[in-house]
Amino acid sequence: MTSVMGTRMLRKEDPKLLTGENKFIDDIHAPGELWMGMVRSPMAHAKITSIDTSGAEGMPGVHSVYTGAQLQDMGIGVGALPCAWPVTEDMVNPPHLPVAVGEAKHVGEIVAVVLASSRYEAADAAEHVVVDYDELPTVSSLADAVKDEAMAHSDLGTNKAFHWPLDPNPEGTAAAFANAAHTVKAEFIQQRLICAPMEPRGCLAIPSPAGGEITFYSATQVPHILKVMIAATTGIAESKIRVIAPSVGGGFGGKLNVDPDAILSVTLANHIGLPVRWTESRSEAAGSSHQGRGQIQHIEAAADENGKLTAVKVHLDADMGAYMMLITPGVPLLGSFLYTGVYDIPNLSFTCDGWFTNMVSTDAYRGAGRPEASYAIERVMDIMAGQVGITPEEIRARNYIAGGEAFENHEAASTLVFDSGHYRPAHDRALEMAKVADLRAEQARRRDAGETKQLGIGMCTYVEICGLAPSRALGGLNYGAGGWEHATVRILPTGKVEVVSGSTPHGQGHETAWSMIIADKMGVDPNDVEVLHSDTAKSPLGLDTYGSRSLAVGGVAIAMAADKVIEKAKLIAAHQFEAAPEDVEFDAGSFSVAGTPAKSVHIQELGFAAFAAHDLPDGMEPNLQEQVSFDPPNFAFPFGTHVAVVEIDTETGGVELLDYIGVDDCGHQVNPLIVEGQVHGGIVQGAAQALYEEAVYDEYGNPLNPSFMDYLVPSAAEMPSIKLDSTVTPSTTNPLGVKGVGEAGTIGSAAAVINAICDGLSPYGVTDIEMPATPKRIWEAINSNGGAA
Amino acid sequence: MIPAAFDYTVAESAEHAIQLLGEYGDESKLLAGGHSLIPMMKYRLATPTQLIDVGRLDDLAYINRSNGHIAIGAMTKHAQLETSDVLAADCPMLQHVASLVGDPAVRHRGTLGGTLAHSDPASDLPAAVLALGGTIVAQGPNGQREIAASEFFTGYFESVLADDEMIVEVKIPAGTAGWNYQKFNRRAQDWAIVGVAVADGGKGISLVNMGSTPVRATAAEEALAGGASIADAAALAADGTEPPADLNADAEYRSHLARVLTQRALEAANG
Amino acid sequence: MDVSMTVNGTAQSHDVEPRTLLVHHIRDGLGLTGTNVGCDSSSCGACTVHLDGQSVKSCTVLAVQANGSDITTIEGLADTARSAGNATGDQDWHPMQEAFQQCHALQCGYCTPGMVMASVAFLEENPNPTEAEIREGLEGNLCRCTGYHNIIKAVQSVAGGDA
Repeated sequence: MTSVMGTRMLRKEDPKLLTGENKFIDDIHAPGELWMGMVRSPMAHAKITSIDTSGAEGMPGVHSVYTGAQLQDMGIGVGALPCAWPVTEDMVNPPHLPVAVGEAKHVGEIVAVVLASSRYEAADAAEHVVVDYDELPTVSSLADAVKDEAMAHSDLGTNKAFHWPLDPNPEGTAAAFANAAHTVKAEFIQQRLICAPMEPRGCLAIPSPAGGEITFYSATQVPHILKVMIAATTGIAESKIRVIAPSVGGGFGGKLNVDPDAILSVTLANHIGLPVRWTESRSEAAGSSHQGRGQIQHIEAAADENGKLTAVKVHLDADMGAYMMLITPGVPLLGSFLYTGVYDIPNLSFTCDGWFTNMVSTDAYRGAGRPEASYAIERVMDIMAGQVGITPEEIRARNYIAGGEAFENHEAASTLVFDSGHYRPAHDRALEMAKVADLRAEQARRRDAGETKQLGIGMCTYVEICGLAPSRALGGLNYGAGGWEHATVRILPTGKVEVVSGSTPHGQGHETAWSMIIADKMGVDPNDVEVLHSDTAKSPLGLDTYGSRSLAVGGVAIAMAADKVIEKAKLIAAHQFEAAPEDVEFDAGSFSVAGTPAKSVHIQELGFAAFAAHDLPDGMEPNLQEQVSFDPPNFAFPFGTHVAVVEIDTETGGVELLDYIGVDDCGHQVNPLIVEGQVHGGIVQGAAQALYEEAVYDEYGNPLNPSFMDYLVPSAAEMPSIKLDSTVTPSTTNPLGVKGVGEAGTIGSAAAVINAICDGLSPYGVTDIEMPATPKRIWEAINSNGGAA
Repeated sequence: MIPAAFDYTVAESAEHAIQLLGEYGDESKLLAGGHSLIPMMKYRLATPTQLIDVGRLDDLAYINRSNGHIAIGAMTKHAQLETSDVLAADCPMLQHVASLVGDPAVRHRGTLGGTLAHSDPASDLPAAVLALGGTIVAQGPNGQREIAASEFFTGYFESVLADDEMIVEVKIPAGTAGWNYQKFNRRAQDWAIVGVAVADGGKGISLVNMGSTPVRATAAEEALAGGASIADAAALAADGTEPPADLNADAEYRSHLARVLTQRALEAANG
Repeated sequence: MDVSMTVNGTAQSHDVEPRTLLVHHIRDGLGLTGTNVGCDSSSCGACTVHLDGQSVKSCTVLAVQANGSDITTIEGLADTARSAGNATGDQDWHPMQEAFQQCHALQCGYCTPGMVMASVAFLEENPNPTEAEIREGLEGNLCRCTGYHNIIKAVQSVAGGDA
């Protein structure tokens, strides 16, 4: 049998999704369910002086109305929402209740909740709860938070939440800057982004009043983490909680939190003995779901006379929002290790200050800390190239780890050890595919002709940290849990293979990929593999999906469990053959005795033998089922080179992304179809940060663009066709040699696009442009230097 | 996001709709395609207690040639404008502008009469009708009256249309001479940050999103009529306007865009 | 008030509140949950269905406005193709559904029903589009997963007749 590994197998998930048969959270109903209608604060920072719920209470369909204070009195939702990543011992972590009591700290914070029979009635009633506020001074931007004048939390006396350093060799950094021939100093703003999975968040909590159990459906990336956190937060016994993630319509980090609505629906359902549900509306999400990015990066780099970088020094100010959510403070630190990028830079000094603001919390968004770091170093490389007087291509070539040759186990200045890399082939291939020489000629022609529409070419070479994560490494960072993943593989009596994974998909295609891994390992038809996931009753152990970890941790666990099943099956086969196990060979699903291939048994047949257990080797337990918790020894470090080509209308400031090339290396690929899809989507999300998206707030902390009318998720009409290729440098940290690819596109594309714009505008004296590079910003940048090329 | 409750009545005819408007008063609203009104109702920015559905008045969906102009029924959908052979032959600008409104699904529902009545200064079609020197036929309890597009728009989402009037027809002078429409936005589906419609070689120039109503670039039109060059005329495009500021643009940038786009539109229209 | 419509070939008659959005009537009233809601401003197109053969955003149509009309949702699309005799593939689907799977034009699948319905309607109006025309034709349908690349390929393959 030819292996399916590495083939473009069509996805098993698709039929249900293409016919409307599958169920997302809003498609699932429970008899007697009540809808939560949230009363949300319209003020960013205010004292709640009174709440009058009487207007809502008598309305049609209304079951009950609760304020935060009432819930506290009733003992419901009294536990603060969890932060699992206290990054320092002295990190400030103000209590974050599901419903605010006393003060509201951001627009959209829940101040009261209505329960009603329908979504319409819940919406109507929420409008009739009257809340009076006294406005308090508001911290409506990260820049304001850093000034530490107005306070996001009146009682804290400072907005600073923590200070976190990573400075393995301060003397080395100081000496490098002292001896530098060239230095670059820059400041970059990573604007707040709305995660905006196409499916809004939602939940449905179904109690069992007599049994004390609760079944919680949630559009979540993290059902297992949610289960633990619900137990820890509400006091409900973990064994009584079942969390189910149905079909989940995208996440991108936006669905990995423990949100107020989750705790509220569980505790209210438990209290009243009826199912309680909520579906977020798109515009509500700007105040009800965490956002991504929100950083100001101060970066300095030192280089010798040849443009060889010798040190990078970074100070990061990071916007936490109003409260610490699940991994809010840890996100910016995930980037700290990547400020030296793919380069052999011997010194890195990094500090990060976390700051509270009166905006909804930040937390993970695709790439989580790593796109920001990659952006900063890749922008700096271009700026340094200009200063040294060499091309962006050349400065990268001079600085690659191992001179661009293949390497293993490179210890970076951050002290992280990169598993493997080989940067030059991707670099060369991307430039070749982009036809950069032709583009430069066309660019020169347009410049000489003084044409209105100018061309810009930008590149980015990135590395990312995937496969989160080795549990010890997480422990070293003070993260509150491990990073292993669990898998069970069993052969059922009928010969079908059942895989249980703790990894939880939200669109990636896990069922397909896991089936392919099993098919490859066990020599079975991928259609004979069923995958169970996303339900803590079926898959009790797991750590879910984020940080490009599904394949590199969860997929590897499955492969290892399959190996264990094969080992046990081999013993049964040997027993049937009356041969020594070491004489039994396994090939394409069949066991046979060496030298007598005619006599063979297929592993699927042994499922029944193990189940019936009539004739197993002495002492062997019945059933073919094995499990593995895989804790990777290291992260995996995929990489790649991206090239963006933009056309800039120098009169209007409009930018068109003309062409995009990505050459990515994520180690061995299980299914290139899925890999390419991940990269396509990631590239567009990063390009969207560069060109379109920003969660904008006014000086009072009001979100100004909560809807898709104003928050500009790009459409097909704004995006080009994407040209991809890949190289393969296997990871050395796992037996499959895989690295992870979920975030790669996003990590490469924002910098490539902005580098292209800055390249196109270099004749106008433009050296930097803030994201998103709106037409207005570009027009202003051109004109700030007189407007003439 | 769910509209507040309201009552709903289907109008059997324009006369019936006007009668109902009279009966229900200013808490009622006409519903045509609904693609401006329903989103506002979902956000509860509009809370009419009575909707009068005129969207089913198929006898008001037509595009006819008539004595040197084109008569377009108020309930004609954008998609019908976009695919009209009559417009292709006699008023290609209106056809083209219709094809740039929103997205295909929006154009399947939105109507010309509804768009004009909504009077959004950021909409494409009102500015096109203005540049083309169109006339709006409104019907009220006392019969019909004709209103020049230049007299129709009075402010943000406001027009001279009385509470008990509805638009029944739009008359556009037939003409294929020198036209162009420039729409500048960030995403294809979005409203124009600035748009410029040029009709009849520049005799009609109107601007989208450059004030509280669609506005004529009068200074540019007059300069051009007086023999000024395209560049000189375009430099006056923003004169006399009071452009709004929003997340995409401030007044200064909008004025700049108006000048650039006017020059491009005039060059294309006369090219 | 009474609202009657034919949905995926079946006559349906229900008493609905006038403010009921067509998408909620389809999902909550008729139990056809394939059509999704992704925004509240008619921007994302996840709720796209066919109303009398044309694509509409069912979050911006009242159920009462659709009284007397013929609606097709993603659940009924394959049946319409079978009736028309142009269903394809092992699954006997509409060619657009088949093409979306073949081209990996979906990941999480949330925008997919709307994207498929919009694509089908688009090709009916423009059977031989350029790539740029397809991109413009899908301007009102947002996807957060695919970067659109494979969606465009899927629509191209149906337009080219090789799906």
